[in-house]
Amino acid sequence: MSLLTLTLAQASKALHTGEISATALTTAYIKAIEELNPRLNAFITPTPELALAQAKAADARLQAGTATALTGIPIAMKDLFCTEGVRTTAASKILSPFVPPYESTVSAKLKAAGAVTLGKANLDEFAMGSSNITSAYGPVENPWKRAGSDAKLVPGGSSGGSAAAVAARLALAATGTDTGGSIRQPAAFTGISGIKPTYGRCSRYGIVAFASSLDQAGPMARTVEDNAMLLNVMAGFDEKDSTSANVAVPDFTRALTQGVAGKRIGIPKEYRLEGTNPEILALWDQGIAWLREAGADVVEISLPHTKYGLAVYYIVAPAEASSNLARYDGVRFGARVDGHDLIDMYERTRAAGFGPEVKRRIMIGTYVLSHGYYDAYYLKAQKVRALILRDFQQAFEQVDAILTPTAPSAAFGLGEKMDDPVTMYLNDVFTVPASLAGVPAMSVPAGLSSEGLPLGLQIIGKHFDEETVFAVSAAIETAAGFSALPELRAK
Amino acid sequence: MATYTLEGRTGTWEIVVGLEIHAQVISESKLFSGASATYGGAPNDHVSFVDAGFPGMLPVINRECVAQAVRTGLGLKAQINLESRFDRKNYFYADLPNGYQISQFQMPIVGTGIVEIELQDGTIKHIGITRLHLEQDAGKSMHDQHPAKSVIDLNRAGVALMEIVSEPDIRSPEEAGAYLRKIRQIVRYLGTCDGNMEEGSMRADVNVSVRKAGEDFRTRCEIKNVNSVRFVMHAIEAEAIRQIEVWESGGEVVQETRLYDPSKGETRSMRSKEDAHDYRYFPEPDLLPLIIEQAWVDELKSKLPELPDEKRARFCAQYSIPFYDAGVLVADQTTADFYETVAKGRDGKLASNWITGDFFAALNRTGTTIETSPVSAAALGQLLDLIADKTINGRIAKDVFEEMVDDGTMPADIVEKKGLRQVTDTGAIDQAVTKVLAENQDKVAEYKSGKDKLFGFFVGQVMKAMQGKGNPALVNEAVKKQLG
Amino acid sequence: MSLDAATVRRIARLARIRVDDAEVETLQSELNAILGYVEQLAEVNVEGVTPLSGGAQMALRSREDQLSDGGIADKILANAPDRVGHFFAVPKVVE
Repeated sequence: MSLLTLTLAQASKALHTGEISATALTTAYIKAIEELNPRLNAFITPTPELALAQAKAADARLQAGTATALTGIPIAMKDLFCTEGVRTTAASKILSPFVPPYESTVSAKLKAAGAVTLGKANLDEFAMGSSNITSAYGPVENPWKRAGSDAKLVPGGSSGGSAAAVAARLALAATGTDTGGSIRQPAAFTGISGIKPTYGRCSRYGIVAFASSLDQAGPMARTVEDNAMLLNVMAGFDEKDSTSANVAVPDFTRALTQGVAGKRIGIPKEYRLEGTNPEILALWDQGIAWLREAGADVVEISLPHTKYGLAVYYIVAPAEASSNLARYDGVRFGARVDGHDLIDMYERTRAAGFGPEVKRRIMIGTYVLSHGYYDAYYLKAQKVRALILRDFQQAFEQVDAILTPTAPSAAFGLGEKMDDPVTMYLNDVFTVPASLAGVPAMSVPAGLSSEGLPLGLQIIGKHFDEETVFAVSAAIETAAGFSALPELRAK
Repeated sequence: MATYTLEGRTGTWEIVVGLEIHAQVISESKLFSGASATYGGAPNDHVSFVDAGFPGMLPVINRECVAQAVRTGLGLKAQINLESRFDRKNYFYADLPNGYQISQFQMPIVGTGIVEIELQDGTIKHIGITRLHLEQDAGKSMHDQHPAKSVIDLNRAGVALMEIVSEPDIRSPEEAGAYLRKIRQIVRYLGTCDGNMEEGSMRADVNVSVRKAGEDFRTRCEIKNVNSVRFVMHAIEAEAIRQIEVWESGGEVVQETRLYDPSKGETRSMRSKEDAHDYRYFPEPDLLPLIIEQAWVDELKSKLPELPDEKRARFCAQYSIPFYDAGVLVADQTTADFYETVAKGRDGKLASNWITGDFFAALNRTGTTIETSPVSAAALGQLLDLIADKTINGRIAKDVFEEMVDDGTMPADIVEKKGLRQVTDTGAIDQAVTKVLAENQDKVAEYKSGKDKLFGFFVGQVMKAMQGKGNPALVNEAVKKQLG
Repeated sequence: MSLDAATVRRIARLARIRVDDAEVETLQSELNAILGYVEQLAEVNVEGVTPLSGGAQMALRSREDQLSDGGIADKILANAPDRVGHFFAVPKVVE
């Protein structure tokens, strides 16, 4: 048995029975990273020494009987979580020298539970992207290949490094963040599961901000159960985040066996967008069939403002980002480019420090907030956002969860869809509405495309009802029996 | 009330002024972080990662700062908004760590209110308050510490400020000064801001425009960060004169931010802020709407101290003192408290006269304050008691008071030690009178031949002979009797 | 609404990002494509709708006024690109 084939739940059991040691498990993953990371570029900063030290401490805890379910589990940390003493770049040049003197709440919770951090995972710069090509540290390669082709594919984004690491077995699980689909879309592109919890479920403290009203941390792992185990630890009220919800965290693993019998599942008719890949639609129909077979009551619902989700998102997220990223000015931290005066220093620092996609979004955000345009763009977008939330609230009066595809296509090639930003943005069309409404949503691998690439289905739930999301996801996972593996993977 | 105007070449101009007062909230910690809000400290020592705008840092609001804003709003007789919101005001500056200031733009915590001011000639005028909102202070840039660099201290970054915005109701430098002093008096009474303009805990942005009588408002300029009452008054006058010159020479006043230079007595354009006008306000997504309960507002209201206007009216009624004197006594809470301690159970008018007269003069002369003065309220009260029960007369009281100022001794001890008790023994007084008249036979003759004015001379001589301790009424009587 | 080159420059200046002349044209067309896309919001009727500004539907929580942070100047300054003693340093500003 290879240590790398264990799921998180299996590894946790084996660690607790003493069948395997944290050190051995971690060492296996460090070797896998050494072997494959030069090609996949899933990690910006691997931290093998730290990982081994943490593994050693984990073994001691396991011995002492003070271990948790995550003690000794080697994970990848998206490089958007500030980690004390470990460089945190947000995949941007402007943060290349930044070593945080503090730890994010989510990473601190994982650390406290005894999880082992293998390193900081690659992502789109400041989490802005759907392909991981905007990273200043180079793109991440998707470990999956189209059948009979060696073309490099994108892993999706922005949590592309986390997704690729988990899929290629460079990590047992990973943290991600999701602003408009950044956990769900790369999970779908790499054949793994990932959940964006309810906004306010996980603390945003210490996570480099992209769009504050949308950003939410969540787990990415190989199974729905693994995600539940991770979210058990990552979630929870944090007084350091004013938007963190003081809501009790249930044991999410208990929801996995709930089943879907008698549950009402909504199928939003507006998601059958014109031009959607027929394979995606077929998979969606398959998902509906699986749920019906499992005893769910599947009904059509309407989310009439869904189609405006992307337009709203591409106003709201850049607006918040333009303000959130103003702090990168070369004064207190990060890289600086000298100038002949203060303004010149700012302009040179930010021109050199930000990549093209980040600059575009800052510019758009600055424009839509600027004098004379605020009402037409930002205020209008906020009102439509309210309508999108209302759509979901009305839908959830009739149904317990909603089933949709995760992404409009399978993973695409590196270099494709790069012609204009809008084509790229369309990747998020199915994931953005749940982000705007703040409701939880999970992507589960459900099948392969004709080219042999993984495709995901998305399960959306009510605010703070991740349990139903897990229950439905587990049912899909069981029915789909997805067992395909990527071509590039550590063995 | 005389209208304040300025004479230009083309006629008479009046001025229109509105003030935005930034008052630093008295609190232990900052508006959105747990770092110290205390003035001073070693550079960057009162700074948390939140204040310095580090990646991933988030604001959490300080309840006491909200309470202070509500108290101040109540003190300004203003509307308290149970729902308010924070917005980001975006601009780049070296001492603004996040690249935005968290402020309240669209929905401030306090709405319209009214403040009463009193001018030199006794005129009362009402100045409207537009709003009061909470916001963060910025850090401090210093340009004189290094030859080639500006250096930044973030100790003040994130300290809570209340911005109190007035209506453009002010029509003269004097009104502006009176308004600013009144606001300072109110916040000091409330304990919501120390009003210390030297340390910058209170400063004003002054909006000035000029117009001919009957006109609508013309373009205004904003003079930033003026840090004394005197400078505010001077800056208004200098800016008004400048604007009149611009208009009269055929030019156009442009809306801009200006700086007052006290050494030159003029205002100048602030180029560094020129292109920072588009602040791109939007709701702060790291915070949620601020909802407060009416019950909490009522509770804060029930605990408010008596405010200067009410206290002044009460002093007039309770102690029968003139409105003007009461105004002097309520100027600040310490003086008012001092007065009440002295006046309680005594002659209020006499207490007021002593405090506004000899006591204030002594403070001035010795460079002390009520808190540091050697004369306590209890001591002054004792002095008034000694006068009231006729132990000493008014003349001697003045001498006793001077000794109290010198070394802080209680008046009764001074009277005892120096034997200053007033002499009421008519035998002793008669004896002294006899002696004085005997020594001044010639003057007695003059008096008797009609020089009535000499009566005072005899009384004075008797008092002098008795080291001032004679009871004035008894001395008068005895002199009159012996002169026949 | 479509952006002209002058607006692109003004926005870049507001955002404090230096753009070369060559970049302006590219940015202009990219930004216009995005603005063109979001233009579809014009067709949504939002009469009487209260704007939704945040992701969470709750009231703001507040904290006690307690001194609980600060006194970490060394950590605050540890990442500074330039400093003078315990101050951050920037090119000299003329006000």
